[in-house]
Amino acid sequence: MLSHRLRSLVVVCLLVFGATAIAQAQTLERVKSRGRLVCGVNNALPGFGYIESDGSWSGFDVDFCRAIAAAVLGDPEAVEFVPLSAAQRQPAIQTGEVDVLIRNTTWTLSRDTEWTADFAPTTFYDGQGFMVRKDLGVAELEDLAGASICVTRGTTTELNLADTMRARGIPFTAVVFEEVDTVYNAYEQGRCDAVTSDTSQLASRRAVMANPDDHVILDVTISKEPLGPATRHGDNQWHDIVTWVVFATFFAEEYGITQANVGSFESGNPEVNRFLGKEGGLGAMLGLDDDWAVRVIQAVGNYAEIFERNLSPLGIPRGLNRQWTDGGLLFAYPFR
Amino acid sequence: MASTQASKRPEPAGRGAISFWRHRGARNIAIQAVFLVAVVAVIAYFYNNMIRGLNELGLTFGYRFLGLEAGFAISEGIAYQPSDSYARALLVGIVNTVKVTLAGIVAASLIGLVVGVASLSSNWLVRSLARVYVEVFRNVPLLLQLLFWYSAVILKLPPVRQSVEVFRSFFLNQRGLYLPRLIAGQGFSSWLWFAGLALVAGVAVYFGVRRRLKRLDRPGFPSLWALGTTLLIAALGWFLVPHPPLDVDPPVLQRFNFTGGMHLSPEFAAILLGLSVYTGAFIAEVVRGGIQAVDRGQSEAALALGLRPWAVMYLVVLPQALRVIVPPVTSQYLNLAKNSSLAVAIGYPELFNVGTTIMNQTGQTLPVFTLIMACYLSLSLITSAFMNWYNRKMRLDER
Repeated sequence: MLSHRLRSLVVVCLLVFGATAIAQAQTLERVKSRGRLVCGVNNALPGFGYIESDGSWSGFDVDFCRAIAAAVLGDPEAVEFVPLSAAQRQPAIQTGEVDVLIRNTTWTLSRDTEWTADFAPTTFYDGQGFMVRKDLGVAELEDLAGASICVTRGTTTELNLADTMRARGIPFTAVVFEEVDTVYNAYEQGRCDAVTSDTSQLASRRAVMANPDDHVILDVTISKEPLGPATRHGDNQWHDIVTWVVFATFFAEEYGITQANVGSFESGNPEVNRFLGKEGGLGAMLGLDDDWAVRVIQAVGNYAEIFERNLSPLGIPRGLNRQWTDGGLLFAYPFR
Repeated sequence: MASTQASKRPEPAGRGAISFWRHRGARNIAIQAVFLVAVVAVIAYFYNNMIRGLNELGLTFGYRFLGLEAGFAISEGIAYQPSDSYARALLVGIVNTVKVTLAGIVAASLIGLVVGVASLSSNWLVRSLARVYVEVFRNVPLLLQLLFWYSAVILKLPPVRQSVEVFRSFFLNQRGLYLPRLIAGQGFSSWLWFAGLALVAGVAVYFGVRRRLKRLDRPGFPSLWALGTTLLIAALGWFLVPHPPLDVDPPVLQRFNFTGGMHLSPEFAAILLGLSVYTGAFIAEVVRGGIQAVDRGQSEAALALGLRPWAVMYLVVLPQALRVIVPPVTSQYLNLAKNSSLAVAIGYPELFNVGTTIMNQTGQTLPVFTLIMACYLSLSLITSAFMNWYNRKMRLDER
């Protein structure tokens, strides 16, 4: 909030005074010489990006930051996490304040262009849902006519809400807040009848409410929310690295490579051997060394392990986020 | 002085030839010119840098996006639909900022005046309460105060379905204050005739009574007579018109919220409360300083003339103190206007809030930021222009 205003000011100053200096430097070189990856994350979403009581960071998105740091720097802990509110993401990515943004960010056309962002493969396929108090007896969207609905500022959620209610002719009042914490605090205290966001976020926040059983997530999905990492326009090498780190976690799950067995994994499959860096020299093509994918899996495990560690405890099902071989949407591209 | 020194020197070159650097006027112009060139150069450098940076990102600096559909909802303000343009959304933000600023200035001035006078009271309790108020609210960050008012006070009010209600028409709950609203009824247009007649009669009575009093050379209150006449005729019309001229539109609890009536949102209430209580503490200090700047002899003389204490304050001390008070209070008003941007923390849709949402949804960081800055600058300049005018007016009254 206050820091947001300060940050915005810094961002504008960067744009005005210093953006050019950053734009020309290659992100990979910058990260290496700095010895740290600067990763923009959420800090208020248990399971995705959250600061634990001991001050450490945890979550699904946070683990992807660590995976990139492991691939590039060889140390999954060499990450500087920058907590961002939804509305702070765009300036942060546009000015190069963060090397990569992994903060449950939906890939849309206008963000791909106007935000000057490049999106890496989607790590979590989600949709927008609604959470209401059980005792209101709301079953579908039409029941919310006349309700106050809490929503986070600067999100696709905010736009989808207005779109959907307009299309269906349902009157409502949006109560819009900057910080994720403020949104759910206001909802819990009764300022709003419902709160809307990505279904995964609703499940995550419901888990930390005082009385989770008082609230119910409606069986309504009003949008497609493909969430994934984003880098800044114009640095193809860096974008390639982020892209293939994500694919590496998909690939490892598909071929049964885990955190435990990656060090000793033996296979007659040439693609797996290329993945493990035993042949093919794929690492050099990315500007990394041949062990990069092994380090990723050693650091955070394959996709299934990341998911089970962070999201399964919240009761979030795999859903669309299963391997294509199981009828899901995760589809690693060829390591060739 | 430079010329006398120059002429004293026995130079053969002649008395009129003064070195350029020794001429004060020329030197001043030269220094200012160099300074101006430096400022322009710095601005040009940053501007170039900005345009180059934007080009490298493939962005163009323009405002065409303002005509596009905004697509997001705004919780309160002038009429607005998500299908309206970004420009309209921004206007909603500007109007909301002006609204909270004006209301805040009025409230903060009242608080400041009362507390400022109270802090000089001879009553120990009143004086101490005023001091405590000033020291507490002046020394706690405003953002913290806003969050306190919003989360700890207003959101802790009873929920919608257990509102505090008065006469079944005033409702207070955590979603705000709901009041009945008066709307034009069926008989409103016919009653307007009576209202017009009442006004004309009032004016006629005023001048008639005044002339009569003048002729008789007696004191009296012609304006009271006029007011009485106007009210009487208007009230008569009220009962003569077959349908009631005004209807009451009370707030009614629907399934989720109240509809109808007037609504004061909790976000607006919190920002208004926060701004006026915070700025009021500063204004109180300014008022206290202004009163103390008036010579003690003034109030002693007024008391000696037999004026009551309130009349001493109202007629003698405050008018003189005002000249000292107005300039620093102007700064406080400007601070209040700018501090209203902190409302983003509690979700009141003012200029900064709506502006940064637009920035985020369009990706047009720099154009939107420039626009927001221009808006705040204009608002502040208008405020200070008005206050300067008022200050000059106060000065002219001085003998």
